[in-house]
Amino acid sequence: MAKRIDVSGLNAYYGSHKAIEDISMTVEPRSVTAFIGPSGCGKSTYLRTLNRMHEVTPGGRVDGKVLLDGDDLYGSGVDPVNVRRTIGMVFQRPNPFPTMSIYDNVAAGLRLNGSYKKSELSDVVEKSLRGANLWNEVKDRLNKPGSGLSGGQQQRLCIARAIAVEPQVLLMDEPCSALDPISTLAIEDLIGELKERFTIVIVTHNMQQAARVSDRTAFFNLSAVGQPGKLIELDDTERIFSNPSVQATEDYISGRFG
Amino acid sequence: MDIPTDTPPKPSPVRDSTPSTAEQKRNARGATRPGDRIFLGLSRGSGIALLAVMAAVAAFLAYRASVALSDNTGNFLTTFEWDPAGLSTDGKPYFGIAVLVFGTIVSSIIALVIAVPVAIGIALFISHYAPRKLATPISFVIDLLAAVPSIVYGLWGAIVVAPNLTGLYGWLDDYFGWTGIFSYEGGAPRSLMTVGILLAVMILPIITNVSREVFLQVPKMHEEAALALGATRWEVIRMSVLPFGRSGIISASMLGLGRALGETIAVATVLSPTFLIQASVLDYGGGTFAQNIASKFGEADEYGQDALIASGLVLFVITLLVNGAARLIIARRKEYSGANA
Repeated sequence: MAKRIDVSGLNAYYGSHKAIEDISMTVEPRSVTAFIGPSGCGKSTYLRTLNRMHEVTPGGRVDGKVLLDGDDLYGSGVDPVNVRRTIGMVFQRPNPFPTMSIYDNVAAGLRLNGSYKKSELSDVVEKSLRGANLWNEVKDRLNKPGSGLSGGQQQRLCIARAIAVEPQVLLMDEPCSALDPISTLAIEDLIGELKERFTIVIVTHNMQQAARVSDRTAFFNLSAVGQPGKLIELDDTERIFSNPSVQATEDYISGRFG
Repeated sequence: MDIPTDTPPKPSPVRDSTPSTAEQKRNARGATRPGDRIFLGLSRGSGIALLAVMAAVAAFLAYRASVALSDNTGNFLTTFEWDPAGLSTDGKPYFGIAVLVFGTIVSSIIALVIAVPVAIGIALFISHYAPRKLATPISFVIDLLAAVPSIVYGLWGAIVVAPNLTGLYGWLDDYFGWTGIFSYEGGAPRSLMTVGILLAVMILPIITNVSREVFLQVPKMHEEAALALGATRWEVIRMSVLPFGRSGIISASMLGLGRALGETIAVATVLSPTFLIQASVLDYGGGTFAQNIASKFGEADEYGQDALIASGLVLFVITLLVNGAARLIIARRKEYSGANA
């Protein structure tokens, strides 16, 4: 289920602007890797290259290699639609389909994939909602629109929707930045449970959050505005937050930058 | 408030509040300064003037219509005849709108059935498929289509479109003639179907433009939600764009329907009217409210004009009902619309 990601020599562009430069890293299966760094350093862009969402942006372009258990996502003949079916994504702002019920939101991915039985479907919906710690709150109103839930519930609904298709990797782009502390805690607990089953990559601006939820932390930085972002270092979270090997990382983490 | 304070709450605010709230109220209505007062007067005056004009028009129409209806010897709703001068009934007015209701609704429905799918297709192409280089000129051409005067459409329909439809109508008759709706006897193809096709072209721009605007407003995050699940471009449109745009499409269609119901001169130019209801939409004949008024108003005496005004009132009511229905549909879908996301 969970797969390993090997990135090598990855560059991403917006038109002629290079957003990230020469990133190489390995993400182990069944682990949580956090991306931290200042705004504009390209960590979200980089995250979006991992499921080929970057190229959806007009002018978005990528070169380099992203291997998922050895298969290059950017190889010729690879359909980005299939890549996105195996690598799930949760966004900064909760984005359940507003016109769909809670049930249909969770079932949406399965229906896209086409092959399912009706009885199976409701099992998967229940399992995914339980997996996202949302089942008890919504089991009596599965046919109500997902947009009627609170922000934190909506985000967990989005996580349920993403894990319903049993992806190999789950990418999270600042999933808690629009949520209150209690909802944030709920999502962080959930991440701890989900890493038993999935490879998780999370972008966050909250360093305590990175320290709490992740096994490994990657620090990104850019030398100046307009310059491409780079990976500064990737190490065990404990080491990054106690004794990083690069001075820039320590400056950022301790609040002394520039 | 649990915060301990040194001073207990003063009783005086109660006394103070009366003048201050009154003042606030005045401020909220914006009538304390001369500029605000003038603007308030102007906007209120415009609002009242609009209502007054509407009321005057309605009263005039209703009065003239009631004069005509009181002398009508036919049943206004069911009579298949338009003879307000009573030429065939010894001078007794004999007229009804059954044929006009049928013709108006049938031709407008044909127009909608043809125009809505095409318009949605064009709007989606412009908003989600076409590269910008192509989208801009297409939008421009669509706008141009809306600027063509209806008499030009009428002439084009009568001279170019209608004569070229005999082949299509013959084919429809061969394969679908058994339904009755598509039977065709081979006369001049100046039928409700031809009118419907022409109206479809005429209402295409407004439906396309409104739909395109709605599709462009679909939040990126809804589209990305579908994309990230592994949706193809068509699936993104089905899961995110069309549901978000549904009420917009309905409004757009109703705007188009409103235009189709009321279209006058193009219909009058193309249609060969008869005062008959027939099953076939391909054979010439039938009539619409606006076409009937346009063709007969010039030669009508005062009583004949009153009769036509009565039919115009009915068209007005039908248009109101259509709009009301559209609003109901939109309101019912509100909980599920993208607006509250």
